[in-house]
Amino acid sequence: MKQGTGEEGEKREQDNSLSNRTMTQLPNDPITQRSNAPTSGSPRAEALRRLRRNPVAIVCAVYIFVLLFVAVFANFIAPYDYDFQDTTRYANLPAPPDARHILGVDHLGRDILSRLLFGARISLSVSLVVVSLEIVIGVSLGLLAGYRGGRTDMVLMRFTDVMFAFPDLLLAILLSAVVRSGITALPTWVSFFTLFFALGVVAWPGMARLVRGQSLQLRNREFVEAARSLGVKESVILRRHLLPNISSPIIVQVTQDVAGMILAEATLSFLGLGVPPPFASWGRMIFEALPYKEVNPTLLVIPSLVLGLTVMAFNFLGDALRDALDPRLRQ
Amino acid sequence: MGQTAGIIPACRPIFSQIGRDAPNSTDFPVKSVSMLTFILKRIALSIPTLIAISFLVFVVARLAPSDPVQIMAGDKASPAQVERIRKEYGLDKPFLVQYVNYVGNIVLHGDFGKSFTRGQQPVSEMIRSDFPVTARLALQALLFALILGIPTGIFAALYHNSWFDRAAMSIVVALTALPSIVLGPLLVVLLALKFPIFPVTGWMNPQSQVFIAGIPTPIYLDTILPTITLGSRSAALIARFMRSSLLDVLRQDYLRTAIAKGLSRSRAVMRHALKNSVLPVLTVVGTNFGALLSGSFVVETLFAIPGIGYVSIDSITKRDYPVIQGMALLVAAGYILVNLGVDVLYGVIDPRVRSQEAA
Repeated sequence: MKQGTGEEGEKREQDNSLSNRTMTQLPNDPITQRSNAPTSGSPRAEALRRLRRNPVAIVCAVYIFVLLFVAVFANFIAPYDYDFQDTTRYANLPAPPDARHILGVDHLGRDILSRLLFGARISLSVSLVVVSLEIVIGVSLGLLAGYRGGRTDMVLMRFTDVMFAFPDLLLAILLSAVVRSGITALPTWVSFFTLFFALGVVAWPGMARLVRGQSLQLRNREFVEAARSLGVKESVILRRHLLPNISSPIIVQVTQDVAGMILAEATLSFLGLGVPPPFASWGRMIFEALPYKEVNPTLLVIPSLVLGLTVMAFNFLGDALRDALDPRLRQ
Repeated sequence: MGQTAGIIPACRPIFSQIGRDAPNSTDFPVKSVSMLTFILKRIALSIPTLIAISFLVFVVARLAPSDPVQIMAGDKASPAQVERIRKEYGLDKPFLVQYVNYVGNIVLHGDFGKSFTRGQQPVSEMIRSDFPVTARLALQALLFALILGIPTGIFAALYHNSWFDRAAMSIVVALTALPSIVLGPLLVVLLALKFPIFPVTGWMNPQSQVFIAGIPTPIYLDTILPTITLGSRSAALIARFMRSSLLDVLRQDYLRTAIAKGLSRSRAVMRHALKNSVLPVLTVVGTNFGALLSGSFVVETLFAIPGIGYVSIDSITKRDYPVIQGMALLVAAGYILVNLGVDVLYGVIDPRVRSQEAA
């Protein structure tokens, strides 16, 4: 997707507009590319300061913190349990908001607000698991391939080439569809396992490529060579010398991949290939609201909006992080 | 597959006009490969991917822990009955033989096997009836994306930093983050329920056909919402790439030279900048076609459109794996073919791509 010329053009252009806006500030040091404005020291603190100046980043970060809080404490915040069916009051039809249920109930008499809150938990935990898988597999393979080069590198690159030849979400849909088609009764753990498997398979090659490219650039730098000549073990070089130096692009990639995974989970669940019932998933809530869209359209709108806002928040925060962590990336 | 390949001729009028003035070989002293060699090479390269994907689909289907024959026969079937069905579907043979038979039947007879449910209807028959629906949906979405995205990108780049540029790019950024699963429900509620402009569901109902001055057009009102839902994100991506690519070209020396030589800005843009800036956009069209296909699963489910996405999802709940396998292969092949087409088109428009191949 990232076409060299196009992206570069866009980045250069963003940079121009930025320098126009910050005319009053001191120009950047042409060699280090760091701002000459007074700084509080470490590059991290500087990055954080740059991030704090970006209002979009602040809004997104606040939204994400609220979401995290909700996900962790859903069982304390939510007025009802995610699978509690208020069948005595509501016949099998979704009902509009009333005093008991602020956002109304779905076709099974379940509280929409509670399911939304628990949905945040599912969304974030699924993407967290998949992104952790991606980090463990992608970062370690990418580091190894980039640092060692040679055959290790070639095998990994050929494999990721095949994976890259195919669109992520489509492959995840096909994989989980095919896995599920052969199983009669689907225990809950199999559903989750299939979901993690399908998403994990498609997620890690991107990370592996990124890390490989970065460590390829670093492996012949003086500090790595110095470590090597001192006889430092390979595993230590990778962990202590390479990894800290490529953490910025990894953090940016992770933030954007969380958005991708939240979306992928919602899409798979929407198609009935993701989180099994009765767990609350935003994607499944959209699907379940479809037959009642004429009776109760809010049922359809609410989970869509929450899903859209969440995906946007992570995407925009990723962009802002990229700009803040590594101004060189914009050159 | 004919319909998928048809997407390429559909975009040709737009691109060929730009590509007509492509630098010819006398401008640039490089060794150029003949078009035929280039195309053949590209086709040869895409075959391994196709084989890999078909094998992957086949292996994953077999990895599932339970026996599809048992599922099909039901719990009460006698072992003899199960064996008979196993033989009938050729599932008693070794794995590799099954794979070769399966692929061989597709290649030689166009036979994708028979559905487990739906009264053993041949999968190829289902493909024939459902594929055109998905192809039309994807094609309409792609057309919508191109018609909206390319001019938006061009104008945003030409009037860089103007109010139009800013407004368009804000919308683009928002749309890029909004997938069909979010946009679809919102559009339905807004444009079909709140303001009933479009039908809520359906696909090419005769009542929804649009007549212009009493003459029937190939436009159906009920296909418009699905098309917008599916195509918006692509339109945004195309607009963004078109803009940054054109901005990039506008800064190049040769364009400055052209203007310095006395060419008007509009002429310089038309004759020199556009054709060079459209190439990266073409790649986006290719890679983004995968998103259109996976998006069509969502959109077909959202709007109850009887295409391959809808049928596949329906088959998953029925555990009808010959159908799922066939549809998965078809979708994979469609994606690979479209990207092959984009690669070839790239070579046609830009001779530099071909000469790189020769080097």
